[in-house]
Amino acid sequence: MSKLITFYKSSIGKKILMSLTGLFLCTFLMEHFVGNLLLFKEDGGRAYEAYTEFLLGNPVIRFVEIFLLVGFVLHIFLGVVVWWKNRTSRSHNYVEFRLKDNTPLASRITIWTGSFVFIFLVIHLNSFFVPSRITDTKVPLYDLVAQAFQSPLYDGFYILALILLGYHLKHGFQSGFQTLGLLNKKYSTLVELFGMIFWLIIPLGFACMPLYFLLIHKLGPSAMTIGVN
Amino acid sequence: MKLNAKIPAGPIEQKWTKQKFNYKLVNPSNRRKYNIIVVGSGLAGASAAASLGELGYNVHVFTYHESPRRAHSIAAQGGINAPKNYSNDGDSVYRLFYDTIKGGDYRSREGNVYRLAEVSGSIIDQCVAQGVPFARDYAGYLDNRSFGGAQLARTFYARGQTGQQLLLGAYSALSRQIKAGTVKLYARREMLDLVVIEGQARGIVARNLVNGRMESYAADAVVLATGGYSNAFYLSTNAKASNATAIWRAHKKGALFGNPCFTQIHPTCIPLTGSYQSKLTLMSESLRNDGRIWVPKKKGDTRKANDIPESERDYYLERMYPSFGNLVPRDVASRRAKEICDKGMGVGETKLAVYLDLADAIKRLGKNVIAERYGNLCDMYKLITAEDPYEVPMRIYPAVHYTMGGLWVDYDLMATVPGLFVIGEANFSDHGANRLGASALMQGLADGYFVLPYTMGNYLGGTKFKPVDTKHTAFQQSETKITEMIKKFLSIKGKRTVDEFHIALGKILWDYVGMARNKAGLKKALEMIPKLRGEFWRDVNVVGSGNELNAELEKAGRVADYFELSELMALDALHREESCGGHFREEYQTEEGEAKRNDKAFSYVAAWEYAGPNKKPILNKEPLKFEYVIPSQRSYK
Amino acid sequence: MNITLKVWRQRNPNDTGRLVTYEAKNVSTHMSFLEMLDVVNNDLVKKGEDPIAFDHDCREGICGSCGLMINGRAHGPGRGIATCQLHMRGFKDGEVIVVEPWRANAFPIIKDLVVDRTAFERIMQAGGYTSAKTGGVPDGNAVLVPKPVAEDAMDAASCIGCGACVAACPNSSAMLFVAAKVSQLALLPQGKAERTQRVLAMVDQMDKEGFGNCSNNYACEAECPKEIKVTHIARMNREYLRANLVEK
Repeated sequence: MSKLITFYKSSIGKKILMSLTGLFLCTFLMEHFVGNLLLFKEDGGRAYEAYTEFLLGNPVIRFVEIFLLVGFVLHIFLGVVVWWKNRTSRSHNYVEFRLKDNTPLASRITIWTGSFVFIFLVIHLNSFFVPSRITDTKVPLYDLVAQAFQSPLYDGFYILALILLGYHLKHGFQSGFQTLGLLNKKYSTLVELFGMIFWLIIPLGFACMPLYFLLIHKLGPSAMTIGVN
Repeated sequence: MKLNAKIPAGPIEQKWTKQKFNYKLVNPSNRRKYNIIVVGSGLAGASAAASLGELGYNVHVFTYHESPRRAHSIAAQGGINAPKNYSNDGDSVYRLFYDTIKGGDYRSREGNVYRLAEVSGSIIDQCVAQGVPFARDYAGYLDNRSFGGAQLARTFYARGQTGQQLLLGAYSALSRQIKAGTVKLYARREMLDLVVIEGQARGIVARNLVNGRMESYAADAVVLATGGYSNAFYLSTNAKASNATAIWRAHKKGALFGNPCFTQIHPTCIPLTGSYQSKLTLMSESLRNDGRIWVPKKKGDTRKANDIPESERDYYLERMYPSFGNLVPRDVASRRAKEICDKGMGVGETKLAVYLDLADAIKRLGKNVIAERYGNLCDMYKLITAEDPYEVPMRIYPAVHYTMGGLWVDYDLMATVPGLFVIGEANFSDHGANRLGASALMQGLADGYFVLPYTMGNYLGGTKFKPVDTKHTAFQQSETKITEMIKKFLSIKGKRTVDEFHIALGKILWDYVGMARNKAGLKKALEMIPKLRGEFWRDVNVVGSGNELNAELEKAGRVADYFELSELMALDALHREESCGGHFREEYQTEEGEAKRNDKAFSYVAAWEYAGPNKKPILNKEPLKFEYVIPSQRSYK
Repeated sequence: MNITLKVWRQRNPNDTGRLVTYEAKNVSTHMSFLEMLDVVNNDLVKKGEDPIAFDHDCREGICGSCGLMINGRAHGPGRGIATCQLHMRGFKDGEVIVVEPWRANAFPIIKDLVVDRTAFERIMQAGGYTSAKTGGVPDGNAVLVPKPVAEDAMDAASCIGCGACVAACPNSSAMLFVAAKVSQLALLPQGKAERTQRVLAMVDQMDKEGFGNCSNNYACEAECPKEIKVTHIARMNREYLRANLVEK
């Protein structure tokens, strides 16, 4: 046990935990994305509803959810702890510091992109997770989604959050591999390409969802009726 | 003074083995009762301190650097010799011994040099075990190259950073001992005096460079591993802080100084560009394999190199030495370059440079081949000068870069003050009048890893010590003396800076005690140096205070010592009426302009004794006997 | 050319310190940056003022003594060079140059631009070695090290310990420095025996010294005068994870 505490206390240990949780969250993101692609299916939300039914009623998923929660909490907590430690390890700043000459933007703003994504997460959970899982409003999730995305303001916020998530993952994904010691000459290109799925394709795909509901799939009575089914 | 080199009797192959058996030992449980001070943390100092610490002695290491890893051994590029015969080209301990004696122009001791060659193989093994990443082949075997004109491949190397890797190896061993508590490190401390009590070296006084405090340290033996004194010339390839203060102050406490005039000058350095220049950078001599050296025929030609037609160029080395051409030995190439520049044919802004032209080689072999051979050198040159050596000829000029002379030591590496050991470049012992390439690293590590640990035990085991601590009056006297010297520096408040004096002194040395010397010039130097020294003590301006980090004050002390040492160098050069190795007296040369030794009169080590301020030093001679390698004259025609 | 310098002056560790402006007149373009400072200092001494203190020694980019933050860049503009290898030709006439010391809590300032990097010493002492005793070692060719491995180790071993990685890092992390040594000795068979305890001890010491965490933004690699790659950090991370898994 003391060995584990030492591991946790060490700088690399913390980073390893961060990358493990981060990459775990990425797998969730992937699952979430693939599932939500059903929103695009022009069947009035039938397939999507079936999918959410499955998720809500599956005890295995309930169990995994706990891990997901722990993953989020740990990732965020460690992120803040590490950020604070880093901030305070140079108490006297440079008068002139051209960090931007040497580093990509994404790597410098991880804490801020992460923080924004966190805020987004709270709002996002409040919009969809809370009504469907906790307060149980009996309104189909598909309709909640379609409804919510009718607001351009909400969509704008949503898309901004996804851009920042992209930035967060642009740095975070390869960083996770680096921290786990899995980046080297042989694999770095592979990781980079694979990382594009996470920082480019998934956020882009997610961003299409509000746009889809805002611009293409206008809310109509038919959708509601089918939705009630 | 009667000098006893204590070279063991018997056949040369058995001297060291027998001697090691004869040496007294210190019981392992008693070793921690002995305190040993090691000053300097380069290859010699770090390896000695680590090895002595491992044996169980209480070791105290002093360096003026912030870390032992900054020592100037780190800058050695080429490699380290060892007669492993991995290349199967007929190498042996005897051959390395033979080459080193001959290369040193018969002014070194056979006994010492044989031992050096004998232990050098173990150095490679030791460094490999420490994790030194020597160059290897694909199968994993150590790679060798031929270096500095050697006829066999016996040089081990780690890219162009061999010195760095060896030093970091020794430094890691030292770090391990510091962690283990056998070695205590005193960084940012400069030794300013040797403390001798009842004829024995019993400690040092050092200045804490951060807060300026005088600190006394007592011990049972003192080891100086403080490097050479090339920086007396101001411009040299040595690091800026490399200095002679430790050995010079020990000299003034009774340690004889051996062959001070033996300095080595390297022909292919990047020349100076202006009066602000702070140091010179060495480039590997291998450039001369493919580069042609030339100057314009016309005096004061201001045209760009590439605008000067072939017919108006003087390839002077090829002209003077038709068979060897550009590959004449270091000293010859250096002297000819200086001569031609003195005649006004020099090139570049300062006119103190000659061209080294790769154009023909590029034409013949293609740029790729040249880049493969000299890519890193060309890059380095370009970085410093902003000129592309593939397009325009390089400018080169000789520079001082090693001093063979140093404190006199016997076979046990002990100076004439009992308990004072001197190792590495700081002593005079193994290179005679000229050092071969890839031998400096070898000597430093041989002394530190494989010689001193034995001879130190012999001294400590065979000597009675009275308990001494730093309250002893000798320490107080030294502290007072140094404190007064510092007060003096700070009180002069003259008009010229320390560097200005140093530059002026360096110029005198370079002009008259440099690569070619003659009687008149040396006499002139012996008049000029004391005069300048007088001005220094009247007109130097050292700002700041003595109780803080004060680089000007540090430099002042070093330059004060250079003044005295320079005089001794000139005196030694004047007295040695022959040419040998790095010491070239214009009066003594063959018809071909080669160094002409006088073995009858000068086959000895000149060991100078300090006689007191403003008194002429006393010359002691240690005759050199050659039983195995019979002296002969070299020729490069 | 003429240059305006804004140099950090601080008499001692307790002094608050400030930027002081100096005019460097008639600077030759051939000068190295440190030679330009030499000239400024020579003038200061002549005026009876305290010269600017800065660490330097070999002036050929290998001893690792020098290290200045020049216009917000560790070792100044340019890649793969130490401060001593920076030349004035890279600057423009009339340019204002800000010169600061390395800044990190683990590198306290001693005076002006001189910082205390002994934290690196203690990290090395924690485990930056093989425990090979003098004399008791096998022949150099007894253990084979294939060229690619030796070359990889040499890449890491070329670290000069200047601290630019710490200075350039937004978090003052020493990961590249520590990784260079851990990686070198983990690659070589001679270092493998102690790899577990080495990486644990060195990382532990690094943390104790107060360096920040690595956030993988690779500013260290960009400013390293020896261009040491962050792949060595990846190797150290791997070593650390491995050590934690196998440690008894």
